[in-house]
Formats: sequence, structure tokens, C-alpha cells
Amino acid sequence: MLKDKDRIFKNLYGTLGAGLKDAQKRGDWDDTKKYVTKGSSWIIEEIKKSGLRGRGGAGFPTATKWGFVPKPTKEKPAYLVVNADESEPGTCKDRDILRHEPHKVLEGSVITASVIGARVAYIYIRGEYFHEANCLQSAIDEAYDAGLLGKNTKTGWDMDIYIHRGAGAYICGEETALLESLEGYKGMPRLKPPFPAVVGLYGCPTLVNNVETLSVVPSILRRGADWHRSIGTEQSAGPKIFCISGHVNTPCNVEESFGISIKEMIEKHAGGVRGGWDNLLAIIPGGSTTPVIPKNICDKITLDYESLMKAQSGLGTGAIIVIDKSADILKVITRIAKFYMHESCGQCTPCREGTGWMWRVLQRMCVGNATVPEIDELWEVTKQIEGHTICAFGDAAAWPIQGLIRHFRPEIEKRIKKYNAIATA
Amino acid sequence: MTEEIKKIQVIIDDKEIDVPEGVTVLQACEIAEQEIPVFCYHSKLSIAGNCRMCLVQVEGKRNPIASCAMQASHGMKISTKSEMVTKARKGNLEFLLINHPLDCPVCDQGGECDLQDITMAYGPSSSRFKDNKRAVKNKNFGPLIKTEMTRCIHCTRCVRFATEVAGAEEVGAFGRGEDMEISSYLEQAVTSELSGNMIDLCPVGALTSKPYAFKARSWELTPTNSIDVMDAVGSNIRVDSKNNEVMRILPIANEAVNEEWLSDKARFSYDGLMTQRLDRPYIRQDGKLKAVEWHEAFIFAAKEIKKHNADEIAALSGDLADVESQFCLKELMDKIGSLHRDCRQDGAFLPMDERCDYLFNTTIESIEQADHCLIVGSNVRLEAPIINARIRKSTLHHGLKVAYVGPSADLTYKTESLGDKLSILNKILSGSHAYAKTLKEAKNPMIIIGQGALASPDGEGIYKTCRAIADKYGFVHDDWNGFNILHTAAGRVGGLDIGFTPGEKGKDTRKILQAAERNEIKVVYLLGADEIDEDALKNTFVIYQGSHGDKAAHIANVIFPAAAYTEKEALYVNTEGRIQQTRRAVFPPGEAKEDWKIIRALSEILHKKLPYDTRKDILSKLAKTYPAYKDFSRIEKGQWHEIKAIEVRRGMMTLPINNYYQTNPVARASVTMAKCTVGKKDSKSWEKD
Repeated sequence: MLKDKDRIFKNLYGTLGAGLKDAQKRGDWDDTKKYVTKGSSWIIEEIKKSGLRGRGGAGFPTATKWGFVPKPTKEKPAYLVVNADESEPGTCKDRDILRHEPHKVLEGSVITASVIGARVAYIYIRGEYFHEANCLQSAIDEAYDAGLLGKNTKTGWDMDIYIHRGAGAYICGEETALLESLEGYKGMPRLKPPFPAVVGLYGCPTLVNNVETLSVVPSILRRGADWHRSIGTEQSAGPKIFCISGHVNTPCNVEESFGISIKEMIEKHAGGVRGGWDNLLAIIPGGSTTPVIPKNICDKITLDYESLMKAQSGLGTGAIIVIDKSADILKVITRIAKFYMHESCGQCTPCREGTGWMWRVLQRMCVGNATVPEIDELWEVTKQIEGHTICAFGDAAAWPIQGLIRHFRPEIEKRIKKYNAIATA
Repeated sequence: MTEEIKKIQVIIDDKEIDVPEGVTVLQACEIAEQEIPVFCYHSKLSIAGNCRMCLVQVEGKRNPIASCAMQASHGMKISTKSEMVTKARKGNLEFLLINHPLDCPVCDQGGECDLQDITMAYGPSSSRFKDNKRAVKNKNFGPLIKTEMTRCIHCTRCVRFATEVAGAEEVGAFGRGEDMEISSYLEQAVTSELSGNMIDLCPVGALTSKPYAFKARSWELTPTNSIDVMDAVGSNIRVDSKNNEVMRILPIANEAVNEEWLSDKARFSYDGLMTQRLDRPYIRQDGKLKAVEWHEAFIFAAKEIKKHNADEIAALSGDLADVESQFCLKELMDKIGSLHRDCRQDGAFLPMDERCDYLFNTTIESIEQADHCLIVGSNVRLEAPIINARIRKSTLHHGLKVAYVGPSADLTYKTESLGDKLSILNKILSGSHAYAKTLKEAKNPMIIIGQGALASPDGEGIYKTCRAIADKYGFVHDDWNGFNILHTAAGRVGGLDIGFTPGEKGKDTRKILQAAERNEIKVVYLLGADEIDEDALKNTFVIYQGSHGDKAAHIANVIFPAAAYTEKEALYVNTEGRIQQTRRAVFPPGEAKEDWKIIRALSEILHKKLPYDTRKDILSKLAKTYPAYKDFSRIEKGQWHEIKAIEVRRGMMTLPINNYYQTNPVARASVTMAKCTVGKKDSKSWEKD
């Protein structure tokens, strides 16, 4: 379990004040200049040593991503884009950061911008986060007034930060769709390569990082890479904010170290599963995208990238959705499939056509109005989508259904048999 | 211009092959003759990568990659036939088909449908999708494009064409996921003059030709490669006919002229070939036209011609007149002794000492090498949509900067307006205008002079000032000639080539009409000339030879019915001076004959027999007389020479084309073009079906 002194987000629950003065009391903006002046290679090295992985869901090593961004030129300046389009169902960690710890985002942005040489950062915030956008804006205003942003700053890195509010599309959280949206086009993912690091916003080198990733950067630099490394597991270093929702007694956001067992996590922080651990049916461990894992796996699994990967699921955004035995797992996954059908941007074929197909089949399966071979067909359809699309949305839509079939096939078959028995009776 | 292109080696299906550096994996596969199925990819459009049909396997990649969007790199191992690839393509095609209607038997795309073809290769024999298919409401795209949006596979070729090539951002996709729909903005007619190309681009039957709807199946048609005459671009076309009727017209790719595009007038005016046709000779007796036999008409005309002095006889040729007929008519007029003839119905000032005096010298293809373009008094978009698209392409991809002098027009790309009075040209020449500095620094500048400017009262001054500008600012250097006349009539350059212009002391169009009004000219031979002021010919004996009962036929005393451009083999010279030949797709209606044959027959009756019995005789005579006609594969331009400037005095002008859709007799007879004319003003006024 994470010790209190190791917490990065001391004001995660909004009890200590989000303003600049309060943030400074907690150590934010403390001698930022010192780290900025150490130069980008030192910062990248430090972050590399710390083992920080992107907190947006994919878990890509942050320092490596920073290293991809070429040096800005006069014609092609570099941009930093902060991805605050937190839309993954079950995830609300960025939300608390934005409203309670906005200065961590800003400071992290300044340091990261100095690494890639960006003079402008855009924070693309989800449209529904109206209050959060206001909180963030007032933090930005404070930072300008305090000479932390703008020209001749105390941080040693002059830059501007702008907020851009999205219109609520899930896909705009995909980094290239986000850039399209930011440029004023329809939020549709771009073809990769070229990656945004090289050809991003307005065709210029662009670094897109998640809110949480940037927010932890200053703390890592202050406390040292080794400190961050010492928390968590081999491949999943550091503390992370987990969001526990669903059938638990006290749903919450909590900062916890990687490697904690899922059971401990739920029982310590979320008041346990409703009706006790034995009432657990399954858990979606990292936001709706990640495949569901049944109770027998949950019994012993730990929360880190490697063990969840081994369990054919993923850590994703760290949004733990707990499902107890009162829920109909088919209905749950059908609802998720509907979400993905609704949020598919419609650009490329497999996702546009496949998400609707899967949802329709699932809808029938929910009541049992299907055949057993259709379960295999559904599996094949998910495989036809996975890996064939422009962006990772296709995979995201396919995985929950694969998880369902992998672990709950008997349940589907039972329902089909029951339905057919009634239908033929 | 021959830069050494570096080659890289790739391995495609275990075969090593050298490909130029920078090509995509798809292009590399094409070089290796491995066919890759595509829907959204088109070589002339930006890459969308959304159909996911062109997936191939690249060694070292976990997932198959879209070959259209991935650049080939040295040593890349590509597999186009592996299990992963076939599985991905099969799966993808299944996705495309689950919501595609099974209406091929009633779909006009049937037989030439990419989805059909690719389904034959990769498609399943039956569908696993058991739920209802999606249905999409049809959209209003105007009188030219029929929509069946349920068939749409969302490749966005039409959207990309409209946005990138046509410059009309009127087509887009709204909605998201499987609810995504392609539509024109607010469901209004697509106003672009190039909209018909979206039909060709659509890989399925979502966008089909409205006039051609349910008329024929593609495999019943007889294709004939020919040349378009609706403007002076000389677009290469394929005339598809059935039962001696033109069913549709499609473009043929010619990189030097029209790339793969065709303007709407060229594509859709063919229904005009079936209406208002002159299908037998007529003579006017007692104020009424009377149908007669050919010999009666000839004798009637010959009698009148013989009655008058050679000086009282004149000839005008129209916009659609081919080279052979103009040449014959010129020879005939020479034999009669008349020097009053002109092929410039609008009276444009065009010197003819050398071919480069009146040609689009830069050539259409080389527009892409120009860095500055000055347009003088021309709405290129209406006068030559294909050339306008080429200029647009250059502004977008090759950094061309465009400025114009003259009445303003929306050319679909960024232009700098230097003012609407052409007298500004004087200032540019003298160097006192700011634009002069730009021209001085330009490497490959070009000037495009429109017919509206040359036909204005100041035409001579405008022409000569432009020539002087061209000389002063280095528009002509090495192998670059940036001096361009943009013609609007397909017959014009041919007429100028063979000298269908006033002989010494002969009258030009304006003077012929004035003289006719004063009754000094008694007989006028109109070779398809309809764009003149007919009132001036009220008291003149008018011999009209043409294909359509258009304006001039109403005042004619004799009518010789002639073949239209789809019904004859004839030469047309485009604005660049490129000599091209039409081919006969169908036979002329009724008694109508090929133009040169009519004149040849009349010459015999006049006892001034022309020495040509076959078209071949004319061609060999042309080749002997005019160096440009020796070899059609190259454009003979003649020697560039200096012409002294004359000041532009007033510089007022009007643009020649108001209504793009009805500029010649064929287009005016076309119902489709009439619908477009109305549709321009009020896009909701024609039927929505």
C-alpha cells in the first residue's frame, strides 16, 4: 500500500484548496526553474529512469515518446497538447486532478514544454467538464498573474497555455483525432505513420500527453527517479490514481501504488464489494475497453501492466469497474458494445460496420435469441475488427466482447438454450 | 527536369524488385504487378486509408498495414497473399457488404462496380449478418447526380474530390459511426462545374448519372474514343453509344490535357444531340422554311451566290466548326473571290503571324511548373473548368500564386485582385504597379488572356500590352513560354491555323455584320455560327450549315443539316494548339452529312469544285500547307517575336460566359443543361426524386 508521504496528489479529494497559494504550500511550482534549466536531456533521462508510463491508457513509456519529438524550427514550432478528454467509461481521475490539482498539470506542462521546446500548449478538455475547465482556467489566470506563464516567467520557460473545450466525442481522446478536432476538423483519427511527434498539430511536431502523466512529472523530478522507481513493480513504476466504481460500497478515486492486489484495493479503499467478496462476479480492470476478468482471476491478480496483460486484459486507465452477481454480464457488455457503436467515428470500415454488427448480435444474445455457432461468429467478427483499423478504437470495441466470450461462454450458451426451449415448446 | 530518382529494393511476395524511392507500398505492389484491391484510394486524391481493403502484411509488423498510406522502405518484406492478408480483406469486405443492398440488378453501376469485382475475388457466397441492413435517405445532389445513399461505402472519394480538385466544399460527411452519411451542404445542388467526376470516382452505385439512369447496362454500350468540343480544352472522352444514340460520355485519362476529369457540360450535354436536330435540308420560300432534297437546297443557295459580286459574299464559322470544314469553306470562298470571312464570332483581337501568337503556349500540363500566374479578363472556371482545376492544383501543391485583372470571379482558389479595369496593365508594363515587382522576381511567370478581354473594344491594346509585359518580365525564356490565350471555342484555333480570317482588305466579323446591316453584304455563309447578332442579318441571304436548329437557323434562307461532333471524324485544335481527332460514335440523323462533304458538294454545283474527294485528301493538303499539321503528336508553336505595345485606353470588358451550361447549340438543346441553368439559380426548383 502506498504510504501517505509518497502521495503525489495530496489534494485529490479537494480538501486542501486548489488555488495557487495552496498548491504552492504542497510544493507545486517550487523552484521549477531549477529543473527547466537542467535541460531536456537531463529531464528525459530522469523520467526514463523513473519508469514512468503514459497514464492515458496505452502505458507507453513517457520518456521514449518525448524522445521522438524532433527539435522545433522557425517554420515548424513544436506544440504540447494536454489530453484532458477523459472519456473512457469508468475513468474520472483527470477530473479530480483538473479541479483539485490544476497547478500540477500546469507545472508539468511547463517542464514538458521545455523538454520539447514548445512555446504553446493546448489543453484539450472534454466538453462535459465545464466546471473543471473553469477551475483550470482560473489556475491558468493565477499562473499568468504570478508570472509563471507568459513572458519573462519565473520558471525560466516562457510559454502560453490555452484551453480548448471539446464537444463530447469519445474518439477525440485518441491523440490524432484530438489534433484534428483541435484544428477545427471532424474528430477523426489520422493515419499513422507519420506520428504526431513528427507531424502533429498543424503539421508540426506535437507531443500529446495525458493530464495525469504530465501532473506527476514535477513530483518525479523533485523526489527523484529512484523514489518513483521504488514504488510499484518492475514494469509498472510509481503510484497511480485508480478509479473504483460499480458494485462497491464506497466508489472512489484513490492514489495507490502499482502491484497492489485488486482485492486489497477494493476492500481497503472502496469498502469492499457489495454483499462481500464472494458476491463478486467479475471486474473490468482498466476502463470499459479492457476485457472483463471473472472472480477466480480477480482473487489473486495484482494491479499492474504485466499481470493484467498476462490475464488477457489490461490496466488501461486504471478504472476498476466492479460487477457483482446481481448484474447480467451479457447486458453489461452489450451496453458497452452499444457505447462503442455510438462513439465509432465512422471513418474506416471494420469499426464503422463491425461495432453495429456486434451490438446487434449481442442484443439478441442477451435474451438468448441466437444460435451457438453465432458465438463463434461473434468472436470472428471481433477478430476481423481487431488490428485492422486506423486507430485503436477498433481494438477497444472488440476486446470487451472477447473478454465476455472468453470467460462467460457457458452463460451465453445457457441463455440460448433456454430461449430456444421456450421458443420451440 | 530529369532528376535522378533513387531506387530502393523491396521484396514483394518473395520477389525482389526495385522501385523508386518515396512510393507507397501500394504503388510498389503495382509495379510488381500484384493487384491490390482498393476502394478509397485514388491516385489523384489525397490518401484517406479508410476502406482498409488494401491491407498487406509487412514483416516485423504485428498487424496488417494499409498499403496506400505506408511508404515503402528499403528491404521491406511485403506479402500480398499471406493468410493474414486474405483474412483481413475477406473480413473487411464482409463488413462492407453487410450494409450494402443486394440491388445489383437494378443498379446502374452494375458491371463496372468495384465492389462487385472485388466481391468476386474476396467475397463470401452468403452473408452471416442476420439483422436488418441500414437504409439511408437519398440526398439531393442536383440534376446531374443521382444518389442512392444506402449503397454508399463511405470511401469519401467524392468528398475529397469536391474539396481538393473541384474546390467546392459542398460535399461532406455528417453523422458518426454507422450513422455517417455523405451529403451535399444543406442538400443543395453541387454547383461545381466538375461535379460529374464524382460519379466516376464513386466505386459503387451511390452516385450515378441522373440523365443516364436506367438507360442502359454498361456492357451493352459501344465505346468510341473521341474529343470533347464544349470548350477549347479538347478533353479526351469516351462516347458510349447504343442503337445509334449517345448514351453517355466519360473522360479518358490524358495527363497532358484533362488528367482524369471532365467538365459537366462535356459530360452531360449529349442529350442535346437528340433534340432540335436539323435532319434534312430546308429552303425559305415566302418567309417559310420548306423541307427539300439536298440538290434543291444546293441549287437554291448556288443561284443566290452567283447573283452577287464576290465582295458581297461573306462567311463566318462557329465555335464547333472543325478544321476540315473551315478549310474547305475558306478554299471555296477563295475560289469565289470573297475575302470576308472570320472564325472569331466575338470579334476577339488575335494576330496570326505565328502560332504562338494565339495559343496557350505554356500548355496545360506545364501550369504545374509556373510560379506566378496573371489572369487577364477571364473567368477560367467557366471558360475552361479543366484548366481551372489544373491551376487550382498548382496553387495547392506547387506554390503557384494567382493574380487577376478584370471583373471578379470565384475561381475556387486564392487570387489577388489587381482591379477590374484592364488599364492597370499599362501600369504593370511601366513598372509603376506593385505587381510589377512580383513579376520581376518570378521564375516561370505566366499570363492568361481571356476572350472577353480580347473581344472588348480595347482588345488590340490589351493584347499588345500583355505581349509587351510578357517580353519585359521574362515570360518567355529558354523552353518556357508563359504567354497564353485562353480560347473558349473548340473550333477557334483550327480556324486561325488555316486562316479562316479576313483576307487582305477583307472584313472581320464586326465589319461583316455592319456591312450586312447596310446591305453591302448580300450573302452570308454561316458554318455553325450561332453566337452572333442575328438581327444584323435580317436583310441578308443566310446560308446556315449546322447540326442544330439554334438561333441562326431561324433566320436562315437555306439550311444544310450537318453532323455533330459525335457523328464525324474531324480535327479539332485545342487552346494549346494540340491537334486531336474526334471519331464517329453514331451516324448523323436523317439527311445530315459531314460538314466538309456539304461544302465540297456545294462547290461542285457552283462550278468551283474543290479538289478533295476524301477526308484523307484534305488532311494531306493540310499537312503540306501548314507545318503544324504534319505531326499531330507535337505542338508546333512558331517563332516568338516582339510586338510593340499600344496603350490600353478604357479597359472596360465583360466576361464572355454568363451561363456556363448553355454556350453552344448542342448545350442549348440539352434538357440536362437547361435543368442545370435553373438549378444554378434555385437549387430546389427541379424535381427531387
